[in-house]
Amino acid sequence: MSDTILSVKNLTLDIPMGSGTLHAVRGIDFELKRGETLSIVGESGSGKSLTSLAVMGLLGKSITRQADEMRFEDVDLLKANRRVMRSLRGNRMAMIFQEPMTSLNPAYTIGDQLAETLRLHRKVSNAQARARAIELLEKVGITAAESRLNQYPHQLSGGLRQRVMIALALMCEPDLLIADEPTTALDVTIQAQILRLLVDLTREMNMAMILITHDLGVVARVADKVAVMYAGELVETGPSTEVFARPSHPYTRGLLRCIPQPGKTERGAPLGTIPGIVPSLIGEVTGCAFRTRCPHARPECRAPIPERGDASHAFRCIHPDGALSQEGEVA
Amino acid sequence: MLPFILKRLGLALLVAFTVSFISFSLLFLSGDPAAALAGETASGEDIEAIRRIYGFDRPMLVQYGDWLFSALRGDFGESYYFKLPVASLIAERLQVTMTLGVCGILFALLTAVPLGVVAAIRPNSLTDRVALFLSVAGQAMPSFWFGLILIVVFAIQLGLLPPSGAATWRHFIMPTIVLGYYAMPAIMRLTRAGMLDVLGSDYIRTARAKGAGETRVLFKHALRNAIIPVVSLAAVQMGFMLGGSIVVESVFALHGAGYLAWESIARNDLPTVQALILVFSMFYIVFTFLADVLNAWLDPRMRSA
Amino acid sequence: MTDATDPLSREIEGPSPRQMLRARALKHKALIFGMTVVLLLVLVALFAPLLAPHDPYAQSLMNRMVKPVFMGGTWEHPLGTDHLGRDYLSRLIYGARVSLLIGAVAALISGVIGTAMGVAAGYFGGKVDAVVTFLINVRLAMPVVLVALAVVAILGGSLTVVICVLGLLLWDRFAVVMRASTLQVRRRDYVAAAQVIGASTPRIVLTEIMPNIFNNLIVVVTLEMAHAILLEAALSFLGLGVQPPTPSWGLMVSEGKNMMLFEPWLVLIPGAVLFVLVLAINLMGDGLRDVTAPEGRS
Repeated sequence: MSDTILSVKNLTLDIPMGSGTLHAVRGIDFELKRGETLSIVGESGSGKSLTSLAVMGLLGKSITRQADEMRFEDVDLLKANRRVMRSLRGNRMAMIFQEPMTSLNPAYTIGDQLAETLRLHRKVSNAQARARAIELLEKVGITAAESRLNQYPHQLSGGLRQRVMIALALMCEPDLLIADEPTTALDVTIQAQILRLLVDLTREMNMAMILITHDLGVVARVADKVAVMYAGELVETGPSTEVFARPSHPYTRGLLRCIPQPGKTERGAPLGTIPGIVPSLIGEVTGCAFRTRCPHARPECRAPIPERGDASHAFRCIHPDGALSQEGEVA
Repeated sequence: MLPFILKRLGLALLVAFTVSFISFSLLFLSGDPAAALAGETASGEDIEAIRRIYGFDRPMLVQYGDWLFSALRGDFGESYYFKLPVASLIAERLQVTMTLGVCGILFALLTAVPLGVVAAIRPNSLTDRVALFLSVAGQAMPSFWFGLILIVVFAIQLGLLPPSGAATWRHFIMPTIVLGYYAMPAIMRLTRAGMLDVLGSDYIRTARAKGAGETRVLFKHALRNAIIPVVSLAAVQMGFMLGGSIVVESVFALHGAGYLAWESIARNDLPTVQALILVFSMFYIVFTFLADVLNAWLDPRMRSA
Repeated sequence: MTDATDPLSREIEGPSPRQMLRARALKHKALIFGMTVVLLLVLVALFAPLLAPHDPYAQSLMNRMVKPVFMGGTWEHPLGTDHLGRDYLSRLIYGARVSLLIGAVAALISGVIGTAMGVAAGYFGGKVDAVVTFLINVRLAMPVVLVALAVVAILGGSLTVVICVLGLLLWDRFAVVMRASTLQVRRRDYVAAAQVIGASTPRIVLTEIMPNIFNNLIVVVTLEMAHAILLEAALSFLGLGVQPPTPSWGLMVSEGKNMMLFEPWLVLIPGAVLFVLVLAINLMGDGLRDVTAPEGRS
């Protein structure tokens, strides 16, 4: 498996709070191959953004990170010091954030900010860096790229800013791109364009991508693999076609019922909802975190849950088939 | 940006005009400036004579118009006490006050900004606590008392610095510290709050995600944005400080414009007092105007607006 | 399905806002310290005649500049006597009355002026706002110390004059803060709702706006009180504030200044008391802001 560029095993993230420790991410594993797109799906607060920040080494100082393994290409991320991490960030792994409106520095021009990324990692002249910036702005579909270089972020629309953010992330041709809800803050029409762009670019540059989203519609269209997160745990992972065809965890099924599907969802029928609220993760958490909202919950759900399925499509539930055969799920 | 500057300039002029009227009319509060000028022992005839000589018998608005037009030409009349043109008297005394003001604001900025930055980088650290203590104490410290303590310690006990006067640069050390300490708390707090705010912003995370080092993140990306409001505040504080130099100058017997104001008030020297109120107000108006323009220029969002 | 004994399904139960406020206040050491000192000094001012060991005005040329007890003096005059032989502790105790009275009344006057202006500007907006903003600009351009000195000099330095002058000069921060707070509150839905059901403007201001900006008002009141006390002391120090023989801390520093070379405690003691009072009021104000608006602080 020399193709694997990122592997994370048993990652745990704890945040100390006034009233105890918040176990934000608990023992998650995932792997990513070159050119592959993995989508991490979950509600807000499920720990998906924290997971990506942990990979980038951008966690806040108060958060403790523990893992059995975190490897990016030839680098052991658990042992990498700050200088090594800095040389990776923006260079071999890059990230796009949710908020294009505030993610660019208001005090500098687009050109300065794009050029900075390249000049931080390559010995190039300012002119070369700006030429590369123009090239990339064109690549992400920005017209009149040269004149954009001297503009400030506030002069651009949200969609354009997100394109600039993408260009910024690609300046050094990274092997891994992490996109944290890159389309959430944008208009619906722009969302599709940006998503298309990301998919095209990852193919063209043979880049691996982690796409974080709460939008299953997005996942179905772009991801090779899906990881469903709930309350800090991975509840189901697998190839996206597999997971969409045979969702095995009750939470995944609940999520899927929340989105309308042409041909499947009946006209006029109410869309599904998942009743209840995400539990507090402060203090010891054992067993299945979804049990307080799960229609198939049993007393055994409080005990540690075995992993089921096979290596490619796995899920964590006490029911061998994820209670698929049982009726009575709340619509 | 030009429309903004013109609009701001118009406002400054209007404020200046209003202030000039207020500072002129303030001195009619007593009812009869002639009586005040003549002193308590003067006879009715003396007062009458003074009233005619100085034109106090004319309507107040006429006197104001007269005064304003002279003032615009740089003529503030003659000092009752010094028997000299007020304008040249103030111009001469302003040198000391301006020196003190510039030194004071530089001292404040050079201590408050680094302290605020360090406090913001490590909130709740020892430095943060010291900075907070200094700013809280600074706001509560009566400047005249602080000045006297410095004199007792450094001039009297240790004999390191001259206690009063303005002869050498060493005479300016203690007044600078006292005046600067007055402006420090506000600048420190704003720098700290601004840096904290900026350091938590999305674009700082972007800078880190680019692989920028901490020094670069702090100074190139964060401070550049956090410093913008500090510039305005420093200008406002500079305006306040010149007005507040009256206390410091009297403590250290620095014969600047503030000291002149104190003397003139005590001597009922109306033209000098009127002119000084106007001059100090003008400084404030000019400084805040320049600060707003500089601010607009520093902030690209306003530059293109 | 949901099991009440399951640790994960426990209700997230919080204390009421009032309880949280009290809990935060009790944990805020600076606030507690500030309030205690202020309360103590208010009691001292109220019961000055009972607490003062001597008449603060009684001169005794035989007992001039007696040293305080910690510098070798006697308990007859615990903090010594001044250049006219007046008991320093008694003058300090009566001086608390002057400072607190001036601080409280000046803050009250400027509070009424500034709040009226600020709320009007924030609520009505448009021309009213433009005029108020302009007046704030004019006020800020006037050098406070200089104008106060000049006016006190013209009208004579009585306690009433000093209070009125400070009250009329220090409304700017009230106007600025109240304007901003009102702007914030008036955009809320409950104000719109009150307007829709046809409540009168005074009614909306009194029942919807004022209760919601009250916390900010209290904070400014404390900070401006401290400001007024410091200014009075400065004016009195310059000889153009409260006039002798009234015991004012600023005046005491000024009187002690001439003997500073030999008896520095004459300057140190009243200044230190002034510093502690202003510090305590500021800590109280800052603390109230922290406690009532915790999201505004780091």
